[in-house]
Amino acid sequence: MAYNVPNSRMSVYSASSVSLNSPPPSSTNVSRFSLAGTPVTPVNTSTTALSTTANNKTRAAIYDRNLNKTRTAQVSLSAYAFLFSEIVQYTQKRVSGIGDLERRLNTIGYRVGTRVTELLAWRIESSSKVPKREIRLLPALVYIHTQVWKAVFGKPADAIEKSVEKDDEYMIIDNDPPITRHISIPRDMAQLSCSALTAGIVEAVLDGLGFPARVTAHSVPTDTFPQRTTILIKLDPSVIEREDALK
Amino acid sequence: MVVFGLWIINKAGGLIFQRNINDGLAQLSQNEYLVMAGTLHGIHAITSRLSPVGNSSGAQVIEGESFKMTIFLTLTGTKFVLLTSPADNSADTLLPRIYEAYADTVMKNPFHTPEMPIRTEGFDVRLTTLLGS
Repeated sequence: MAYNVPNSRMSVYSASSVSLNSPPPSSTNVSRFSLAGTPVTPVNTSTTALSTTANNKTRAAIYDRNLNKTRTAQVSLSAYAFLFSEIVQYTQKRVSGIGDLERRLNTIGYRVGTRVTELLAWRIESSSKVPKREIRLLPALVYIHTQVWKAVFGKPADAIEKSVEKDDEYMIIDNDPPITRHISIPRDMAQLSCSALTAGIVEAVLDGLGFPARVTAHSVPTDTFPQRTTILIKLDPSVIEREDALK
Repeated sequence: MVVFGLWIINKAGGLIFQRNINDGLAQLSQNEYLVMAGTLHGIHAITSRLSPVGNSSGAQVIEGESFKMTIFLTLTGTKFVLLTSPADNSADTLLPRIYEAYADTVMKNPFHTPEMPIRTEGFDVRLTTLLGS
């Protein structure tokens, strides 16, 4: 497991954060998701023009919707499994190795994670009387273990562990990750873990909270939990330094 | 009340999965199984056109003295064939559950190519819990 430049993926983050800082008109927002039925070239259509052309069927842009509308909504695991399967197949056709595949899945997860961070901040902290942001490492990890996992997977993760050998490594463990439940890794790709997507989500959340880290996923099967997966977090040295200074 | 084996035949008539579960039938070579599957595919195509009135689903059960062959045709044209003893009536409940396991562990697995032989560990595990080794 090579510890590459921690910010190799910053380009993705900054590319998406540009559009987050200055949200474009809602019509272009919709087209970014390239949903079927949405206009393909909405460059010159304003929101009002869109509503009149589409037979007065005004569909609110996703950013105009109430944040809590889909708070308890659930997504069919089967539908998701098929989507994820296609994502993996699509990615696999365009990479040259397992490491490359995991990196791409990680990048996709990163883009999910940036949105999860923002959404959760609005959902959880906006209703709180004393809105706060996690600034210490352990509460941040617990926040990922419970809040983020609940929002993304509908259940908290199973454990947080600290590496015995290294001070800067932490692990979040899921005994049965829902997104890879139906995936059987072929023998010749044994080191692959499709939970790289989850690792990307965790990496983005940690980055968003100000704890830059390199996050990878590894499957650690046990007899009772053949799908057990460890999300390994290797923190940036600056985080450790800051934690020590705050003590 | 014995389940002898399971075949899965793709929509082109190719055998993509074959597993012996209990002894009792003659053991064939892999090639012979492929020929049998292709033949069954042809017979099934003929039987589905035999009905003088309207559409027919094709052969559902083929019974012999020592075995019963229950054919489960899915909407996509894949056939699940369960070989059992003639007295066995569990096939009608087993086949939909095998189909479900197939949908879960084979079709949702990004490392499986549709219409190609099934080499998915998860499917083997699910079958073992359903049918025994």
